Amino acid sequence: MNNIKNRAAIVGISMTKFSKDSERTELYLTCQCIKAALDDAGLTPDDVDGLVKQTDDASDEHAVTSSMGMGNLTYFGESRWGAAPSAMAMRAAMGVATGVANYIVVYRSVNGASKRRMTPSMRTSGQMSTSDLLQWTFHAPFGHMSNAGRVAMIVRRYMHEFGINNDQFGWVPTVCREHGARNANSMFYQKPIAFEDYLKSKMIVEPLRRMDFYEEADAAAALVVTTPERAKDLKQRPVYVLGAAQHMALETEELTSYYRPSISGLPEMGKVGEKIFAMAGVTPKDIKCVQLDDSYGPFVPMQLEELGFCNQGEGVDFCNRGDRIRLGGELPLNTSGGSLGEGHIHGMNHVIEAVRQIRGTSTAQVKDAELVLVASGAGGPASGLILGGKS
Amino acid sequence: MVMEYNPGIQLLRPRVDFDNQGYWDGIKQHKLIFQKCKYCGLLIHRPRPMCPRCNSMDMEWVPSMGKGTVYSWVNFVYANAAYPGIKVPYLVVVVEMLDGVRIVSNMYDVPPDEIYVGMPVEVVFDDIADDLTLPKFKRREV
Repeated sequence: MNNIKNRAAIVGISMTKFSKDSERTELYLTCQCIKAALDDAGLTPDDVDGLVKQTDDASDEHAVTSSMGMGNLTYFGESRWGAAPSAMAMRAAMGVATGVANYIVVYRSVNGASKRRMTPSMRTSGQMSTSDLLQWTFHAPFGHMSNAGRVAMIVRRYMHEFGINNDQFGWVPTVCREHGARNANSMFYQKPIAFEDYLKSKMIVEPLRRMDFYEEADAAAALVVTTPERAKDLKQRPVYVLGAAQHMALETEELTSYYRPSISGLPEMGKVGEKIFAMAGVTPKDIKCVQLDDSYGPFVPMQLEELGFCNQGEGVDFCNRGDRIRLGGELPLNTSGGSLGEGHIHGMNHVIEAVRQIRGTSTAQVKDAELVLVASGAGGPASGLILGGKS
Repeated sequence: MVMEYNPGIQLLRPRVDFDNQGYWDGIKQHKLIFQKCKYCGLLIHRPRPMCPRCNSMDMEWVPSMGKGTVYSWVNFVYANAAYPGIKVPYLVVVVEMLDGVRIVSNMYDVPPDEIYVGMPVEVVFDDIADDLTLPKFKRREV
């Protein structure tokens, strides 16, 4: 099966508040969130026969089923790191499309601010490092381990090839914070920034500043996926999976794809874009808003290029002054605030926000947002979705 | 500017294994060598068990010219995003070797305000500890 268009629908969503300290276990947040997503759909834990999680999520399937009283799981699996959110939805869509399960819950829960910060002691012991031996052995001895440094290396080359000044990256975080300021669930509710605040933001790894990077958060999110036929009997207006894809290219690494001919793009995302547009049978012009991976702000213009919203090297110009990418512009992005303006849970909030846009319940609602694109995993293995209000 | 290390916090060691042992043995002897596929001739860095072009597992080690140019670079200026065993600021570079492969390393003698993409560089060997020698790069006169 190379096309799963209209074979699955998202019928329930839930997300906790984003905070610096949830004062709850990750499993507590998971259970709370899954229950709320099932309530949203009009389902109960008894109905659930599939679970999809993110690779490093601390809420194991057996802990979830034991806590929630799910006694009949026929499908469980996981997806990788930052590429996970769209891929988890795809995995769930494949699950219901093939009939191995009927109601699949996708969840992500992390105390990323209070419990799992990348502290200096963790870095010294190497706990935060990837298990990938190629990365460890040939990067770590040179002090090149943090996400910030790994991303900055790619961004520097991008700046060099396209004549970009790093100040220009400030518009994406500015717009994400504008959108996050409207969202009561966000870490930054009623706390917008001005472009000048970005310029004053502390340099972390040159050429990048603090505000180029995601905001660590404690939060959880869950969504419920079933077939379009079953969706008709449930409480919410179904949101259909029209396109879904993952991609890994030659020499793709987690933020260190330095060894291939060009490093000034995100070719995995380009391939994801080709596939989801073809599957959905739509073009970039049809998309009403996008929820891009803004874990690292400078990867947003690169995604706009790879996904065909502008030409290569023009992504930064597309974002300049923010008018085209903010609410009211031609392509509003990350309307809940995203990882920069709402909080970072590896992009699950982006999928939830895409569903809200189609339902018409966003805090930065785009008019007639019938087609929304989600991108996950910029800078490494990537995935993406096109969701729609009509099958 | 030579890199300065924070006493009491060791640099992380390479994980030496069957696939990369030859490379690190070379570094210890102050020789930069790269893996080469004996069948199709592809030069490979970092070492791996199989040639990604022809799938041969028959590999040899060949000496590098030791020269290249800076392909990209970053400057770690904020200690909490840096490795705590190295004093900030420090430079990490991707060097494009004249041999045709790229390598991640540090600059040995170049201050952050002098580095640029395209700077010619050559390898030097930094004997940091009895059990750790690393290939680093310094400016190359052309």
